[in-house]
Amino acid sequence: MSLRRSLGLTCTILSAAFLMGAADGSWLHRVSTADHARSSPLLATSESRGKAAAGGAQVFHNECAKCHGDDGGGLHNRPSVISDRVNNASDGDLFWLMNNGVPWRGMPPWISLPPGERWQLVAYLRALNAADAGPSPLSAAASVPRSTPSSQGVSR
Amino acid sequence: MVLCMSRPDQPCSAWLLKSLCLLVLCGAAHAQEPPYVVTYSDVLEEPGNLEFATQNIYSTPKDANPFYAQTFEVEYGIRAWWTAEAYFQGQTTAHDSTVFTGFRLENRFRPLRRSHWINPVVYVEYEDISQADKSFLEVTGNHTIQDQQVANAPLRSDIERSVEGKLIASSYIKGVNVSENIIAEKNISNEPWEFGYALAVSRPLANEASAHHCVVCRQYFAVGGELFGGLGTRYTFGLSGTSQYAGPTVSYSAPRNLTILFGPEFGVNANSASVLWRLKVAYEINQFRDLFRRSR
Repeated sequence: MSLRRSLGLTCTILSAAFLMGAADGSWLHRVSTADHARSSPLLATSESRGKAAAGGAQVFHNECAKCHGDDGGGLHNRPSVISDRVNNASDGDLFWLMNNGVPWRGMPPWISLPPGERWQLVAYLRALNAADAGPSPLSAAASVPRSTPSSQGVSR
Repeated sequence: MVLCMSRPDQPCSAWLLKSLCLLVLCGAAHAQEPPYVVTYSDVLEEPGNLEFATQNIYSTPKDANPFYAQTFEVEYGIRAWWTAEAYFQGQTTAHDSTVFTGFRLENRFRPLRRSHWINPVVYVEYEDISQADKSFLEVTGNHTIQDQQVANAPLRSDIERSVEGKLIASSYIKGVNVSENIIAEKNISNEPWEFGYALAVSRPLANEASAHHCVVCRQYFAVGGELFGGLGTRYTFGLSGTSQYAGPTVSYSAPRNLTILFGPEFGVNANSASVLWRLKVAYEINQFRDLFRRSR
């Protein structure tokens, strides 16, 4: 086997290993225990959850919908935010994801957003997933309107 | 929107207002960038987004003709960790002439995969700028306002091609952004290294978003302050013989795509202009690359 072919094969194997290592959801393994255990200061009561989720819907529409879609389903093969992974992640996990992003997978960090808006986004993600799963204790959150263009009066 | 529809009896005004409202309401989103005109923060352009911006500066320096300079910027997010940008610059000086002063090509890289207490960004730029440039995108070396007393004609023929590097450091403390830039510039010809710096602090007016859709809300405004200036050259390192500026900034980032940034910068020593008036308007096309994709 020529040196050139050996190098090509090695690069292919390394690239595959790198891509497998950076597969969807790998960010969850990087969340520290302390970050995982963080709880949202905005989710104390169902009323505050609903209010936070409504604010989060505005932020999602302005900042996130361009990639994840107004309905959160994901655009152009970008991940949906309505999934078991998001549903099973803790508030701290989702907050960590917004702080750090997954730059090597295309998602920038959103630490430039004020902390309150990041927690509002966590509330909205919770509401989106709860609404998708059907009736749940998050009744207030589930009633939050989806961030659709028609609900916002904004066209894309 | 009420404002847009409230003056149907004035066709021209109504058309202008409607156009402005469409500009504000339609199109794509933009990130919460700190309101800085000179200082860079760790915020990069989102991958796939294309931003056009015009940065305007006006000043009436003592013992020199008033001038207006404009920089047109095109910025594209190549990756979440890599942004590329091109600048095209020109200026017009009262009682003199209007000249194109050159261009800059820059790249910014975020080397770390996670956010930390200090988030570094590496900045690399190539400049092809004449000495007639009055954009004040940064101050390096021993640049002083007295340099502006020379007419455009001799200055525009003196082209400086240089490579510039910046180390950008940015931190977030309870919603307040603190950014520091260290600048090192080297003319490709045999001239010494030149240095400069920029410091800035800012915060949005609201920590949480409104629960209702709105166009003019506190959450879309940010205020800040900047301090920047030269640090001399390798042989004259220090603050003496350089110009230094400080001033407040305020920005409005409309939901989705338009940003307007304004701020006066005041000269803090005798080598500086008394005031540099700045106005920057940026318009972002969200996910520009999706226009060329067929899948949903």
